[in-house]
Amino acid sequence: MTTIKAQMPGVFYRRPAPEKPAYVDDGDKISEGQTIALIEVMKTFNEVKAGESGTVAEFLVEDGDEVDVGQDIVRLGEV
Amino acid sequence: MRRILVANRGEIAVRIIRAAHAAGLETVAVYSDADAQGRWVQLADTAVHIGKSAAAKSYLNSAALVEAAVSTGADAVHPGYGFLSERPGAAKEFADAGLTFIGPAVSTIEMMGDKAAARDAAKRAGVPVVPGSGPVGDVDEALAAAEDVGYPVLVKAAAGGGGRGIRPVASREELTEVLPAAQAEARSAFSDDTVYLERAIDGARHIEVQVLADHAGNVVHTFERDCSVQRRRQKLIEEAPAPGLAAGTRASINEAAVRLARQVGYVGAGTVEFLLTPSGEFFFIEMNTRIQVEHPISEAITGVDLVSEQLRIAAGEPVSFSQDEVQIRGAAVELRINAEDPDNRFQPSPGDLSRLDLPGGPGVRVDTGFVAGDRISPFYDSMIAKLICSGPDRDTALARGRQALSELRVDGVPTTVSMHRRLLDEPDFRAGAVHTKWLEELLPDST
Repeated sequence: MTTIKAQMPGVFYRRPAPEKPAYVDDGDKISEGQTIALIEVMKTFNEVKAGESGTVAEFLVEDGDEVDVGQDIVRLGEV
Repeated sequence: MRRILVANRGEIAVRIIRAAHAAGLETVAVYSDADAQGRWVQLADTAVHIGKSAAAKSYLNSAALVEAAVSTGADAVHPGYGFLSERPGAAKEFADAGLTFIGPAVSTIEMMGDKAAARDAAKRAGVPVVPGSGPVGDVDEALAAAEDVGYPVLVKAAAGGGGRGIRPVASREELTEVLPAAQAEARSAFSDDTVYLERAIDGARHIEVQVLADHAGNVVHTFERDCSVQRRRQKLIEEAPAPGLAAGTRASINEAAVRLARQVGYVGAGTVEFLLTPSGEFFFIEMNTRIQVEHPISEAITGVDLVSEQLRIAAGEPVSFSQDEVQIRGAAVELRINAEDPDNRFQPSPGDLSRLDLPGGPGVRVDTGFVAGDRISPFYDSMIAKLICSGPDRDTALARGRQALSELRVDGVPTTVSMHRRLLDEPDFRAGAVHTKWLEELLPDST
């Protein structure tokens, strides 16, 4: 299973701002380097970027959840 | 007032608990999942778990805090700084539950949190505000307004904030060109193309005045602080009194802050922030309706215990001293020790605090919410400790600061200690010749 992992611990967000749409949704095609989420660490927001291209099969954490380093965030499917 | 719920965490929760216990009051601490072992949790008489680690699910959850207060029989709430301290809605929820909110009235928090209303209040109090215009609709209006405001000006989006939607303009020609672009940008970024002009002020210092006001209408100040050493609007070093301030300017700026507090019927501890220009003019920026991180330097130079005064005032007692009883005695500097990596653009860096050796000695105070073995979690701000160093004069305070930095040992996370060591020896800093952009210019790679 290919996944995108959290590179840092913090609070996970799927959208750039509460009133904005999610960066990506299940089923979306994504390309390497694309921003797919944010992780808030000590009040600073860090972009989570896709390490490779693929399709978002499933988000494994909910918006607003706490994540740890190395935790799987997104399961990727075939391109 | 008998039992206080401390609606905060870390060093400020510890600070409030100490003041409350010294005043013979009982305390209730609150904590999130990540903070069960927090020092403030151990120091309080009782502690209540209020939710998950993310602040939105704990320290910002006003319903959980009201519930914690009611269930433990607390009769007052101290919000500290940050979190719910300046949210009028939360202050109202506490009041509606019959709890004394240790801060000003809900309507005061509301007014000072509204930029335009705060600016109007300052004008009514005869406190200078940054020269600016009302909304400007087209180039002709903007050119006319700019003559009054004075170049260089900033074109600002009315709906902007936090430094966004601002364009500096030096001349008529430039304004003619920039205005339509600024309006278009404001429309697309904020869905509102209203823009206004404000004088651009270069080389200004950030000077703020600590005030205390009680229910009987007494308003006093405990002098000013200079918080010009900032990075991305985060203060890193604060000093009291402001070095090199002319006596006349000091008197005027402190009196202006008192006038504003009186004008708005302020009650409690508050801070009035100003920009001080190189020519000695000062302009109101905003008022913080709470205790501030850097309050201890004011305590160090005046001997006033600001948090104790907050508790007295909330209990309906008068401020414990009059204006002519408070004088500046010496100087103090606060160094914020943050878990940030100076070698990596000050990236906030959570981790395990494997060792924490704190400095001491005359004129050295350390406020921290941590002990060795604690985890600096990613969920809250990066501050580990505040070193507050004071002495009979500024040179002594700074020398004690240097010694304190050399005694401090923090293992497990990168910190701002090395940066502070460097800054204390910078000629500009030693000369008191810094302004709000100084640090970013000194460390251009840090932002």
